[in-house]
Parts: sequence; C-alpha cells; structure tokens
Amino acid sequence: MIAIFHAPDFRRVVQHRVDQHRVVKNRIDQHRVDQAPGYLMLWYTGKRLLQMIPVFFGATFLIYFMVFSLPGDPVAALYGDRPPSAAVLSQIRAEYNLDKPFIVQYLLYIGNFFQGDLGTTYSGRSVSDVMASAFPITARLAMLALAFEAFFGIFVGLIAGLRKGKLFDASALVVSLLLISVPTFVIGFVLQFVFGVQLGWARTTVSGAAPLDELILPALVLASVSFAYIVRLTRASVSDNLNADFVRTATAKGLSRPRVVTVHVLRNSLVPVITFLGVDIGSLMVGAIVTEGIFNINGVGGTVFKAIRLGEGPTVVSFIAVMVVIFVLANLLVDLLYAALDPRIRYAK
Amino acid sequence: MGIVAIALASTGALMLAGCAGGGATTGDDSAIITTNGSEPQMSLIPTNTTEAGGGKIVTSIFAGLVSYSEAGGIENEVAESIESDDATTWTVSLKDGWTFSNDEPVTASSFVDAWNYGALVTNAQGSSYFFDNIVGYSDVSNTKDDPTGATDDAGQVLQVPDPLAETMSGLKVVDDTTFTVELAGTEADWPLRLGYSAFSPLPAVAFEDMDAFGQNPVGNGPYMLAGEDAWQHDVQIELVTNPDYSGVRTPKNDGLTIVFFASFDAGYAAVQGGDLDVLDQIPEAALATYESDFPDSFVNEPAAVFQAFNMPYYLEHWSGEEGKLRRAALSMAIDRAEITDVVFQGTRTPATDFTSPVIDGYSDSLEGSEVLDFNPEEAVALWAQADAISPYTGTFDIAYNADGPHQVWVDAVVNSVKNTLGINAVGKPYPTFAASIDDREAQTLTGGTRSGWLADYPSLYNFLAPLYQTGAGSNYEGYSSEEFDTLLKGGAAASSVEDATAKYVEAQEVLLQDLPTIPLWYQNTSGVWSDSVSNVEFGWDSVPLYYAITRN
Repeated sequence: MIAIFHAPDFRRVVQHRVDQHRVVKNRIDQHRVDQAPGYLMLWYTGKRLLQMIPVFFGATFLIYFMVFSLPGDPVAALYGDRPPSAAVLSQIRAEYNLDKPFIVQYLLYIGNFFQGDLGTTYSGRSVSDVMASAFPITARLAMLALAFEAFFGIFVGLIAGLRKGKLFDASALVVSLLLISVPTFVIGFVLQFVFGVQLGWARTTVSGAAPLDELILPALVLASVSFAYIVRLTRASVSDNLNADFVRTATAKGLSRPRVVTVHVLRNSLVPVITFLGVDIGSLMVGAIVTEGIFNINGVGGTVFKAIRLGEGPTVVSFIAVMVVIFVLANLLVDLLYAALDPRIRYAK
Repeated sequence: MGIVAIALASTGALMLAGCAGGGATTGDDSAIITTNGSEPQMSLIPTNTTEAGGGKIVTSIFAGLVSYSEAGGIENEVAESIESDDATTWTVSLKDGWTFSNDEPVTASSFVDAWNYGALVTNAQGSSYFFDNIVGYSDVSNTKDDPTGATDDAGQVLQVPDPLAETMSGLKVVDDTTFTVELAGTEADWPLRLGYSAFSPLPAVAFEDMDAFGQNPVGNGPYMLAGEDAWQHDVQIELVTNPDYSGVRTPKNDGLTIVFFASFDAGYAAVQGGDLDVLDQIPEAALATYESDFPDSFVNEPAAVFQAFNMPYYLEHWSGEEGKLRRAALSMAIDRAEITDVVFQGTRTPATDFTSPVIDGYSDSLEGSEVLDFNPEEAVALWAQADAISPYTGTFDIAYNADGPHQVWVDAVVNSVKNTLGINAVGKPYPTFAASIDDREAQTLTGGTRSGWLADYPSLYNFLAPLYQTGAGSNYEGYSSEEFDTLLKGGAAASSVEDATAKYVEAQEVLLQDLPTIPLWYQNTSGVWSDSVSNVEFGWDSVPLYYAITRN
C-alpha cells in the first residue's frame, strides 16, 4: 500500500520537469519576438486548459476500467461468508448497473456525471456528499503540510546553502537524510505516541470535523519527507547560484548582502523548489493515506482506498477525476509561476 | 544548530497553540461513552445490516422480542412469552406499553410487517434468509429464470425475483399484542434466533420511505439517534439514551458515540491518549504490550468466532477414503498451540470442536477430538497410508485473501504442514476477499482455503447447518454426508433444547471423522478501555455491552 502511494523519485521528476520547462520557455521566447506577451500567456493557458479534456476522459476511462477489472464480485463480497440468495444479489447488481457490460457502465457513469449525478455508494450515500466531506479535510491537511514544508524547508535550505560545509549545513543534511530514509508511518507513530500519548499535547486521533489545530501534528508528519527534499533542493540551488555570474555582478555593484541573498540568490533558487511544490500538491492530496490512517482522518486517501476495496467504481472514478483536475491545475499554476520567477523570461519582454 | 533549534521551537509553539484549542473536546467528562466502530456498509435497516459496523448500531437502537445476555442466553425484551407445544407453531405475546421513540406503539404488526419486508425478495434484504424456516418463505422469495435468458459466468441462467405472495402465510397477527409463527419444520431452539437484529420491529413510518428511514432510523432500543444529523457518515454516529425504553438493557450512561476507525492501531492510540473510552479489538501491533499498557482494563477470552481451513472435495486426492486420511494427517500436522501462542500472542484459543466455547452445548471432549491434537508421527503415518492409495505430487496450498490479516498464520500453518509431512506447501494470496469468494463459489480452487464463521446467534445449529449441510449456502467446498444431515435434521426437530444439543454433539463427531473443515482455533474477544470508564463487559458476540458501561 505504501509503495503504491509513495511518490516516485522526486529528484528525477523535478529534473525532468525543469528540462521540460526549458523547452517550453524557449518556445515561448521565440514567439515573444513578434507577438504580444499577454496574448501569448492567454493562448498558453487556454491550450493547457483544453488539454484537460482528453486527460479527463482518458483518466476516468482507465480508472473505471481498472476498477471494473478488479477480481471478484463486489456485491457478493459485501456479505462476506453468508451470501443472500442469487435473486437478491442480482437485484443489487442491477441497482448499481454492475450487471451491464463495461462500456455501458462507463457511458452511464459519464452521462450521469455531466448531469451532476456522481452515483451512490453501496451504503446509499451520494458520491458528491462523500466528496464534499472528504475533500475539504484532505485539502486542509495538504495545504497545512505544504505551508510547513515550504516555509521550514526553504528557510533551513537557504541557511544551509549559505553556510555550506559548516555545522548547520551538516546537521541539516543528516536530519533530512533521516527523514527521507525513515518511512512516514514510523514518523507518524512516533510523533503520535510522544505528543499524543506521552505528553498529551495533541489529540492522538483527529475528531470528525478535523479542525485546523488538530491537524497540525498530522500535517507535520505528512510534510516531513517533502521538507527534507526541499531542504536539499534549496540548499543545492542556493549554493549553485552563489557562484553564478549575476550574483558576482550584483555583489560587485555594491549591493548589500541581504539584498543579494533575498533578491538574486533566493529568488532564482526557488524555481526548482516551486516546481517540486507543484508536483507535491498532488502527492500530498493522494499520498496522505498513510498519515490519514494513523490519525484516523476521514480524508480522500482513506475513502478512495476503502472504495477500491469495495469495488465502488463511481466513487473511485469521481475522486480520481477531481484529483486529476487538481494535478493539472497545480502544474499549470507552476508553469505560470515559473515564467514569473525566471528573470530571463522577464528580460525578454 | 541554533537555527534548527529555533525552527523546532516554533513548531512546538504551534502545537501548543493547537492543543489549547482542541482541549475542550478531550476534557469532556459527561457520561457519553465513546467507542470504536466502522461506517455501516448499508443504511441502518435491521434486515439489511449484515456486518459488524452497522450491527452494533442497529442492536443499540432496536429491541427485538428477546436480547442476548452476556453468557449468550436470551432474556425477554418486548416479548412477554414465546411458547409452543410442538416446536412448530409458536405463539408470541408482547408486553404492553412499548413504544418507538416517535411514540408509535410497538404492536404485533410492527414485528410481522418488518419480517415480511425483510423476507420479500424484491426488497433485496441481506438478511432475508433468516426467515427461511417460516411457512410461506418460499413464496415471497420465489424467483424465475431471467426472461432475456442472460447467464452468469458459470453459464447458469440468471434468476429474477418473482414473488408469488407479498407476505408469509406462516405469520398471523392475532391481536395488537399477539401473533403466531408457523415454522416449516420443528425447531426447538427457534427463540434463540430472535435476539438477532434482523428480527427487530419497525414502526409504520419506515414503510413509507425505507431509504430515508435507513438514514435516520426510529427504533425502540436502549439508545436512539441524537437528532437528524447524528449519523455523520465515515466519521461517527451519536446515540443518546431512549427515555421510553423499558427493557432489560437500560443504559447506565447518558449516551454512546461510536467513532469510525479505519484501523485499530489508531483506535488503540486514541484509548492510550484518553481520546476514546472503549476499543473492542486489540490491534496486532499491540498484542505484546496491551497487558502492561492496560493492566486492569483489558479482556482476552474465547469468542463465537471459529477459524479453520477447508480442503475441497472436488480436488484429486481429497475425496473418498484417501481424502479422509489426508485431512486427518493435515489436522495432526499442525501445532495449533504453538501458532496461537507465537503468532497470535495468545489471542486465539486452539479449537476442540466446530463451534465455540461461548455457545451453550459446547464440549471440549467430543469423541474423536484427538485428531485436533498435534501428533506428527500419526500424521506422517496417515499421509503414507493415503499415498499408498494414490501418491501425492505437486505443491499443497492454502488460499487466503491478502486484504485481511491472514498471511502470517497461513504461512505458519503451511510451514507446520511442510515440516511435519515433508511436502511442499505454500500460502496462496488473493488480492481481495471478493476474489477468493469467487473461486470458492465457482469451485475452481487449486488447494485449501481459509474459512471462518462468526455466529449470528448463539446456537450450535448456526455453526453447523449453513456450512456443512448438503447444498447449504456457505458449503462451498462440497461436503455431503447423509449421516450428518440426518443428525442435524434430528436436532432441529427435537422438542427440547437438551435433545437438540445431544444430536448436534453427535453430528460434530461425524465431522471429526470426515473433517470437511480442519478446525484451527477460536478467535478471542479482545479489547481495552481507559480508566475513565468501568463495568466494561463483552457479550457472547464480542461486542461490548454498551448499556452497562459507566463513567467514573
């Protein structure tokens, strides 16, 4: 389970995406020579939004197919060792369209989807209700985690990069290595035990409404691994940029050290970090399943996991569809931010 | 290093701030008891609630004719008396003055209508088969071949509902407080069934819109829902005491909040941290430590859950005399005591029969039960005898569903078999429970399969009939014994519970010779509770008796 939901090797993903952006950016730069930048940005955004349509259909189709292909009859499994009569089972199958061929099931789902009906769970609850309760909680948790990892990660990474080779840098590297190598659930159980059980500072499990204050501990756990990556990314990027020509120029111009660091070094160093954070929004939304399990948070991860186990196609697909949209939008946002952060694009204006 | 310290200090401050805000809920000292549960798989209709998550809620908000005591006996709730001269026609009279929490009186019709609703095939209720021994059940559950001729995967024509009647002719309302039940055959211990939640009464309002009722059920039990939004899906359900309840389960607390937990690990931490009062299952990770974590507040004793594995009769080497020898050899090749001790840390009890020690009529000294003892020499000898009939080749496997906690013990069992008999033995995981049931139903297993049974009601019959009777609903592996069937029918037809028990004991002795299932162990009731509650007792069905719990 953990392996499935664990994000792929972040560094490779980030590097790949940075390369991709270079290509996109170069293309944009070429257009910029004879076209208005505002028009270009709009065209680019529009194109990216249009790309969501095939992505949406492709993703929902694939996911629906995968849930459909899960081995076993979900209706029989609902009753465990004591199945009701065959007629009862077939009636329930008919109620959820499970007796129809795959393509008919999918089209019925998509048809209802566009009428705003996402289907019902086996407990008779509408999927949109389930989403309305699960998504805000996970979003709250993910945003809190994102804020933690961005703030602390960039802060620690910046200091470490500026003091490369010093004690602080070495400690930051060791701590981040530890966080990366220790599985999230270990960190989760340890923090839960120390702060929830031993010290009693926080609730061991989050209550139903999942208010922000109860989510702080889970968010720290969720943020831990990404925090470590951000420390390392920022550190490497900062120390690279410290030796860059434009920094030497800025320093030579007589700018103060704080100004050089914040405006010239940090700003340029944030490009890969922002890319990483963009990718991470998606992973945090989905990858929270382990953390949600430890703290009994009724969020997206747990709901999707349960729905997969029960073979509830409509629930799984609806959730994944929303996640796909979040992923695509987050990536678009990153691309737009990227253009705003990268000085070379600005100079081309 | 200094800056790391600052970063950590600032998170600590946030956490403290968070704690101050969340403190209000943890310090709650009202007499509302919190316990663990899981989101009901179906809406809360008694005849459609078949799993534990919904079951513990339905049992709390409804009161049937009888309820089960801690020991598994029955005590009258709404029933004044349940009597019969011939164990076939039963006269049920009700106490006066019972009402549902909407003030509607509980009458004979409340029961008869609810049971008819549960049995009617077009209502597709999961517990419909509980009514299958009432006269007229075959009419309300009748089906016919699908007119389109559609077939299932196995090529059988699908069945569609075709009820010949809307109500069962065996149920007759005599007056407001009396009704009669005619059974299709004699059944001396029929009243034992009636404590199960499927036999709950329903108010008239339920039949107007069953779907809406299932979201906000109105019952007559010790507890009722605390308002319209008491069931917060996937989160918890809040129950408060029902002031109109006048049965034997009068709550000694102010209410019950059942919090849905995705894992028992989280629940265990919550009890440790004082965020939950009672947890009715100890997670595997805590098996080694629960006695020191909760020295005075845990329970660990056998429950009405029987676990075993079956060898299908349709496989080569596993039928006839050869199969009988091999089953006995397998059974004696397994060191149950060591596995329950090492793998389960003593939270399972080695099996000595096919039922459970908490059931009336259980015996640990059935004739032939020595086949359940670890006896490697005898096992090897029997296996060799079977090999003389037809030599065994290939790998022996036991199928299990990997989405449940089975891998560890299946591996231990196959290793025990492997080491004793010297054959190649492995566990065979199925990704989901659904997938494993499919292969059992289609009779396409390649080896053994894990099996288990959680009793619906505390009766020997319920452990035997659905699993081993020829053609029974859960007899997937195809066991059939005329001798066993006759004894079971004899037990059901006996006019006293003692006579019935004697027949069931004999029937089990037949099973010990044939071993259609190889008994392994009984699952224990295990649970822990915090020191802010007292009087925590667990019922025969491993569910805490919530009404008895008090806040210190």
